[in-house]
Amino acid sequence: MDKFRMMFQFLQSNQESFMNGICGIMALASAQLYSSFEFNCPCMPEYNYSYGIGMLVIPPIWFFLLGFVLNNNVSMLAEEWRRPLGQRGKDPTVLRYMFCSISQRSLIAPAVWITVTLMDGKSFLCAYSMDLEVSQFGNTSGFSEEDLTRLLAKIPCKHLFDGQDVLSREAATRYLRCVSQAFGWLFLLLITLTAFMIRAIRPCFTQAAFLKTKYWSHYIDIERKMFDETCTEHAKSFAKVCIQQYFESISGEMRSFHRQRSDDSDDDDDDDDRHKSDEDKLLGIRAQDDMNKVLWNWHTCKPALSLRKYDVSGEANISASTGQNGLINGHAHHEDSIQKKEWAVYYSKV
Amino acid sequence: MDRLKLVLQYFQSNSESISNGICVILALISVKLYTSFDFNCPCIPQYNKMYALGVMFVPPIILFLLGVLINRHTGVMMEEWLRPEGNRAKNPAVVKYLFSAMMQRALLAPMVWVLVTLLDGKCFICAFSMSVDPKHFTGMPNTTGLDLVRILAKVPCKEDIIFRNTTFRKAVSRYLRCYSQAIGWSILLFLILLGAGARLVKPCFNHAAFLQTRYWSNYLDIEQKLFDETCVLHARDFARKCVVQFFEGMREDEVVRLPLSYGLRPRKGRAEDEEEEEEHLHGITRQEQVDHLLHTWHQCKPELDVTKIAYRPKVCITWEDHNGHTLFSDV
Repeated sequence: MDKFRMMFQFLQSNQESFMNGICGIMALASAQLYSSFEFNCPCMPEYNYSYGIGMLVIPPIWFFLLGFVLNNNVSMLAEEWRRPLGQRGKDPTVLRYMFCSISQRSLIAPAVWITVTLMDGKSFLCAYSMDLEVSQFGNTSGFSEEDLTRLLAKIPCKHLFDGQDVLSREAATRYLRCVSQAFGWLFLLLITLTAFMIRAIRPCFTQAAFLKTKYWSHYIDIERKMFDETCTEHAKSFAKVCIQQYFESISGEMRSFHRQRSDDSDDDDDDDDRHKSDEDKLLGIRAQDDMNKVLWNWHTCKPALSLRKYDVSGEANISASTGQNGLINGHAHHEDSIQKKEWAVYYSKV
Repeated sequence: MDRLKLVLQYFQSNSESISNGICVILALISVKLYTSFDFNCPCIPQYNKMYALGVMFVPPIILFLLGVLINRHTGVMMEEWLRPEGNRAKNPAVVKYLFSAMMQRALLAPMVWVLVTLLDGKCFICAFSMSVDPKHFTGMPNTTGLDLVRILAKVPCKEDIIFRNTTFRKAVSRYLRCYSQAIGWSILLFLILLGAGARLVKPCFNHAAFLQTRYWSNYLDIEQKLFDETCVLHARDFARKCVVQFFEGMREDEVVRLPLSYGLRPRKGRAEDEEEEEEHLHGITRQEQVDHLLHTWHQCKPELDVTKIAYRPKVCITWEDHNGHTLFSDV
């Protein structure tokens, strides 16, 4: 149990390695599925080809679609593609990058299935046994076309084959399996070469642009998670404050403004902090209409990617006009090379 | 469990040892692939050699390409080779060192495949059974009506009926397997001698320069990793602030003119937390700034000089009340 937990934590620590983990699991599942699947060639001229090729081609399509379904980033891609422009431009290269990385991961399980099928040879044998050149494997001069085709179709089935003295079944099987394995190795070489071209040669062309698209696609993913987290926290605080207000309105007492904490009682301090931090977590959104507006605008009008500078109290809307006793004097300057705090003078009403 | 954790930690501590670990795993995968692959000699004169040599040499090419792909140093090397010079001069010795390290690691799995193939012998028998001189072996079946080449081509196939009552097939197979194993062991011996010789002789040639190139290639790898990590932390912080800013922008503007109540005073703990959080932003707060930063990282890498940041002066704060008495001081 411990081992699984550790492996799970390691995989979840990084979004990319989690996706790679899913990808690896699907590849193993595809190999296991092939080995547990009982291949059953019909050995009839009309159906051999469709069955053989169907077994080769349809499960990969299924695995590819399953890869898309299991990948969390698909909904993120769709959302980013369909959203209105809002205050933030759309970058087509980021969309393309996200689509490419999703497709690449989804293509691994189908490739494993096709490779294993070709290396094993059964489906190739089933599909192409009727296209064999019989002169190499035996003497079939006395046979009509139809009889010959029916005999060839029975080659994949050891127990049904009844032409041992005419045609050497083992030699024909061996030949077809050899061709199938050759195709399998060529297919593997081709996809490895393609992956090599894409991965190793790509830095020659677009390295700087690549760093940018990688950053922004990762950013979109994290932003979505942060938004969900913030909404959850907001909902919790909203609910707490709402319930508190309701109780207060029933009981008639106002507890908010008379907190002079001269004596330290730990519980009261904690309550005070918790209440304050709940208020803080509300981030100023205190009504249903406001929250609805937040959620609506998040999709229809995404904010610009530009942060305002924060002042020390964290409340950007407190008027920082001087002259009034007790207000903070201006806000801290954020300069790139020096630390934020400066020589400051603080007036307080003691 | 603890032991496994220790082993994993050891391997992850050093980027070179990670590459070594991956290289060994790929070699083990190559052995496993060979044992699970069902070798299937066609036993037909025209195709034997092609099939057998294909099986002996195509998978090593695939394993080599995989080895290059999986290696982290490939990306580091390509980036260092292709980047514009910027503020940092390029060192060709580092690129050469990275290239040779990558090549050595990528060549291990193909070599393992070729050696396992030769030591097992099936490929060799399939490819060269027709080149054997049958006069050295007794019991060749000559009643089947097939010519010599075809009979010899069928030697790798055990089940064939023409060899049922003779020892010819077994004798030829044994001879060819022995040949194949001899070649395999010689190649292994040669490779080991080459490796040992290179290791012994290398310190004689310019060891000091070697230490420098090894340091700087390790540095490049670590720098790349740290840049990626910093980008990730930055994106996280950027996203958090962007979302909070979005929420706050939705509410109605309030202007509050109150005396500074207890609740609105900056608490030291909170300010410190915010400072820790904002550390990740490093002043980069807009999309154009991020784009410019990423573009410059590749086009114009910074010089290798961190004196300014290592020795930057710490700013101290003193709080005074209106009479000039010190309330609090960092000094």
